[in-house]
Amino acid sequence: MTMNTRPRVALFVTCLVDLHRPSVGFAAIKLLEDAGCDVEVPRAQTCCGQPAYNSGDRATTASLARDFIDAFAGYDYVVVPSGSCGGMLRTHMPHLFDDDPNTRACAEVLAGKTYELVSFLTDICGITEVAASMTGRATYHDSCAGLRELGVKAQPRTLLASVTGLSMVEMKEPEICCGFGGTFCVKYPEISTRMVSDKTADIVATGADTLLAGDMGCLLNMAGRLSREGSSIKVRHVAEVLANMTGSVPAIGESRS
Amino acid sequence: MLATSPAFKENASRAMADPGLQKALARTRPQNPAKRAAAVAGLPEFEQLRDIGRDIKNHTLAHLDFYLEEWEANVLASGGHVHWCSTADDARAAVLKICQAAGARTVTKGKSMVSEELAINDHLEKHGIKPIETDLGEYILQIRNEAPSHIIGPAFHLNREDWEESFRAVHTHLPKDRVFAEKKDIQAEARTLLRDKFLAADVGITGANFLIAETGSSVIVTNEGNGDLTQTIPRVHIALATIEKIVPTLEDATSLLRLLARSATGQDFSVYTTFSTGGRRPGDLDGPEEYHVVIVDNGRSAMIGTEFQDMLRCIRCAACMNHCPVYQTVGGHAYGWVYPGPMGSVLTPTLIGVDKAGHLPNASTFCGKCESVCPVKIPLPKMMRHWREREFERHLSPATTRTNLAVWAWVARRPQLYRLATGMAARLLKLVGGSKGRIASLPFAGSWTKTRDLPAPEGETFFTRYARMQRDEA
Repeated sequence: MTMNTRPRVALFVTCLVDLHRPSVGFAAIKLLEDAGCDVEVPRAQTCCGQPAYNSGDRATTASLARDFIDAFAGYDYVVVPSGSCGGMLRTHMPHLFDDDPNTRACAEVLAGKTYELVSFLTDICGITEVAASMTGRATYHDSCAGLRELGVKAQPRTLLASVTGLSMVEMKEPEICCGFGGTFCVKYPEISTRMVSDKTADIVATGADTLLAGDMGCLLNMAGRLSREGSSIKVRHVAEVLANMTGSVPAIGESRS
Repeated sequence: MLATSPAFKENASRAMADPGLQKALARTRPQNPAKRAAAVAGLPEFEQLRDIGRDIKNHTLAHLDFYLEEWEANVLASGGHVHWCSTADDARAAVLKICQAAGARTVTKGKSMVSEELAINDHLEKHGIKPIETDLGEYILQIRNEAPSHIIGPAFHLNREDWEESFRAVHTHLPKDRVFAEKKDIQAEARTLLRDKFLAADVGITGANFLIAETGSSVIVTNEGNGDLTQTIPRVHIALATIEKIVPTLEDATSLLRLLARSATGQDFSVYTTFSTGGRRPGDLDGPEEYHVVIVDNGRSAMIGTEFQDMLRCIRCAACMNHCPVYQTVGGHAYGWVYPGPMGSVLTPTLIGVDKAGHLPNASTFCGKCESVCPVKIPLPKMMRHWREREFERHLSPATTRTNLAVWAWVARRPQLYRLATGMAARLLKLVGGSKGRIASLPFAGSWTKTRDLPAPEGETFFTRYARMQRDEA
């Protein structure tokens, strides 16, 4: 980091991490602080608006986006432990205001300083390794929006390579969608199930004991299917591993006992 | 063609339970992306070429009237005929009229998706003219009375045994011990039979991959050579094309051809690329006496100036469907009309109405793979989202979805209330998950829990825990 003072980073927790997996939020705070950032969590945040956006409700999306822009104004960076929400902020939100130049300008400022967590650590903070250990063999799924909207591909693999005791193995098709797709998985459950089953077959074939990814939606989908199939593969958000939390936090859908 | 798009879900269920289709999909699924990837890897400037392709098409669409008129003037100057058709009815009538004027009894056909869109075959047959499909895939589909399931590999949904069965049903002269073990056996049989049809046809109908304004030419690409025999042997050639097939120059066409073959089949170039400019001239050894272009709008001009204009850049390579995880799961027929896959999910609602085709743009995870391989960079997911917006505006989306969304958004705009709601939900779900940490069945979430567990949340929301920790620190 080239700045003299520590950058002020606003963490956008995301609705799924807030509701489902708070540990990912705390992992993000730890990683950002370790990387030399001052982390704040704006209180007024709720959701980036994707459920409305992808359902075609542009007016609601825009009103949520206005709140969001206000809540996150004034920080050096906005960091989010999700490629999907990151993509919403970076590539989609400004276009909601194509007819409203003032708000559009604010949305562009926000978009320009928003980063997905892992790529922020590597590309902006210049982190190349983490102080973490985890015994086992893991495979990494590239979530669609992170991969194709934000170019997140090498970054998590670079950092995971530095985790002591962890070996990484690639699945055959890590870039194919897991079938989550937000509301898609409940609107077209049969197709979604077939897609996630193809994905879990690919995961199982690697022989890995842990599945990692950077988006809670995909993780819940794949974890839910693996668990229904009776698989013992553990599923975690990549931030938990990088923040060295795997010893203290059970895997997704795993009980504490 | 009767659209079954409103029954997309039922179509998809049937497709996923069809062992033959699933076998065929399993075969082609890995092949097509691998072929494209290899071809792209062999051309370092491929990414720049995509930008060039996009720009050529955008420029043309911005000046479409100009280039259409230039093209028409050059077709007329080369002795050809141009038939302007606003609607599908106009186009069917124009084709029929040309065939009738030629006294046609049989018509050979090259592969053409617009002829499927216009249901030309049915129309000709109704008027006593026999159309004969000469593309191998289309030929087998005509025997089976099936629609194409893919825009460049129309019979992708079939397996070798299906071919053999269909051939034996129709080619009744075949000896029982005739072997159809390989594709070349099938090709040889079709070739033998089609040879006579080519020679006997009065009219040949082809599509057009491009229409070139500066020369008045139409261009087709094939790998079987059937298109050339269709357009050069009969006395009359009809090229059937929609208005967005126009490109300004030969140079532009060749740029797009470099993109097309690599994106479609992973070839550097298709086996046959044929430019037709007018009919036979004095001294020519072959070619049709008459060259007609039936140029069709059928809804395209209404897309210009709307959020769907970029769709008119499409060069029909099929890369989007070859890479689409949804198409690769359900196949092309599930989409229920002529154009399947991501490009169909954008185009079909424009052509048959979003009220009928609403499922198509919804049945996407927005994974973005289609856009990433599109040779002319069409933002397909964005346009599918635009269709969802049109549906929402017209109150076509389900009432429960709208209500749920409204309630959720109302709460999400009130952070304190939102925290209260999420706090309760997290605790409740944690409780339901019990000691197992996962939920096997949940009211109102059946479409998730029928085939997947719902991992239970940690129990306390992030914000509850964060507030508690901050209080403790203070």
